[in-house]
Amino acid sequence: MTLLQVEHVSRAFGAQTALQDISFSVSKGDSVGIIGRSGAGKSTLLRCLNGLERPQSGRILLEGEDLATLPEDRLVTLRRRIGVVFQHFNLLNARTVAANVALPLEIAGVAKEQRTRRVAELLELVGLADHARKYPALLSGGQKQRVGIARALAANPSLLLCDEATSALDPETTASILALLADINRTLGLTIVFITHEMDVVRQLAHHVLVLDKGRIVARGTPADILDASEQTSEPALPAGFSTIHTPNAQTVLRLGLSTQDLVSQLLAQLAHQHQTNATVLATQIRAHQSVPELDVLVQIANPSEESLTFLKNASQSVEVVGYVPADS
Amino acid sequence: MSRLILELLLQATGQTLEMVLASGLIAVAGGLPLAVLMVLTGPSGLCRMPLLARILGLMIDAVRAVPFIILLVLLIPVTRLIAGTALGTTAAIVPLSIAAIPYFARIAEVSLREVDPGLIDAVRAMGGTRWMVVRYVLLPESLPSLISGFTVTLVTLVGASAMAGVIGAGGLGDLAIRYGYQRFNTPVMLGVVAVLIVLVTGLQGVGNLLSRRLRHGAATHAA
Repeated sequence: MTLLQVEHVSRAFGAQTALQDISFSVSKGDSVGIIGRSGAGKSTLLRCLNGLERPQSGRILLEGEDLATLPEDRLVTLRRRIGVVFQHFNLLNARTVAANVALPLEIAGVAKEQRTRRVAELLELVGLADHARKYPALLSGGQKQRVGIARALAANPSLLLCDEATSALDPETTASILALLADINRTLGLTIVFITHEMDVVRQLAHHVLVLDKGRIVARGTPADILDASEQTSEPALPAGFSTIHTPNAQTVLRLGLSTQDLVSQLLAQLAHQHQTNATVLATQIRAHQSVPELDVLVQIANPSEESLTFLKNASQSVEVVGYVPADS
Repeated sequence: MSRLILELLLQATGQTLEMVLASGLIAVAGGLPLAVLMVLTGPSGLCRMPLLARILGLMIDAVRAVPFIILLVLLIPVTRLIAGTALGTTAAIVPLSIAAIPYFARIAEVSLREVDPGLIDAVRAMGGTRWMVVRYVLLPESLPSLISGFTVTLVTLVGASAMAGVIGAGGLGDLAIRYGYQRFNTPVMLGVVAVLIVLVTGLQGVGNLLSRRLRHGAATHAA
């Protein structure tokens, strides 16, 4: 079921085009990542999606209501159905953690008693129940963002927008915030649209990806589609003399997708023992796909037999022949 | 120091406090709404109205351009209209307030403009109306800075109230001029100066303390 439908949206600031003919749709429960360099139009797009900015042409339908043309007073109430998580948290310094989370409920006119209950529930969800009475200035970046997430969820939005939600955080905190968002998407079934400039964020959180460049969508698909396409040029550590053409005596380079690290040595030992095939590990890289860690391993094998390839296919999640290298390298 | 002089000093302090506190409160009541209006109608405000913003700015600067001693005399008809008399402590509250309103308005405007625009975005994104932005963001977030500005206004008013002797308002300044200067009574002069120093440092101290408390550990702006 479609929750958000964006049709031919364009926006310019003077002569500067920020968005050009953007169309996409988001179904309920989806997690859509919009990735692009700075200046690609991501922020403008996000501001259009919650009606802080109006597109000059096109339609943005949220559950059938067009944000592009809705009068301002109706737009104000519609925004209560969209939660936003900001890069710099944007918490009110004059309010405690609990009062910050309660704010969207106050704005929506929810009764005090109900507010208190909901705030306690949300702080529990983001793991900050002990910090309810603290002021934001006393929290770490990661804690502030958890408050930001709790606040964004307070009014039970049907859509959660994240604006570079982890860009101001260190890698470890980023991982925990992404895990929280992925968890919210999975367990609450909440639809998430997020913008980022980091591939890793897309890898961990997105079910679908849009690549934005100079105000246009230049690619779309699943993270696997997009990441494969974009990483082909930046693949590290390919051996010297690597070629995609099979020459006599060449050794084969394979990319194996594995689930855990200790499998590698075990796998290669089995390969040598059962198939008399020796393989050399060229490079390994850990990546997380939707919070499941995966291991990418490049191995070099001399004349792999059909049986050894079948063995590898059965033992790992994916096997791909990348190319060939001369035997002596 | 004789008992009489002490009594005079006490009375003058009371008159100064009355003038400063009354006109200070009126300055907030009049200046703060003006400041909010200027910020909202200004170039990056939530209800842009460039013409209104300019007119407001011009009016405020026009009053601020007139030296207080001249304003005091110039406003005598207005004072008579509002206070029923042009003379005395209560009457002096009128010109002091009229001078302090635009003064505090400009100071408060700066405080309000310092509020992080991201916070305004956040409340608008939650579906807050413009009024809610003022109520939940602009005023509470700038409160520590507004209190600092209010303290500065009060101290300036202590200075300005010294001139109110011209319209017979009494107060510490008047005492210093009439007894200390014109009658060569140095102990009175020194007494007034001492009271003024205590008064001003006291006001500033309370203001600083309140402002710091209300920041709740958030970064201190230069204010």
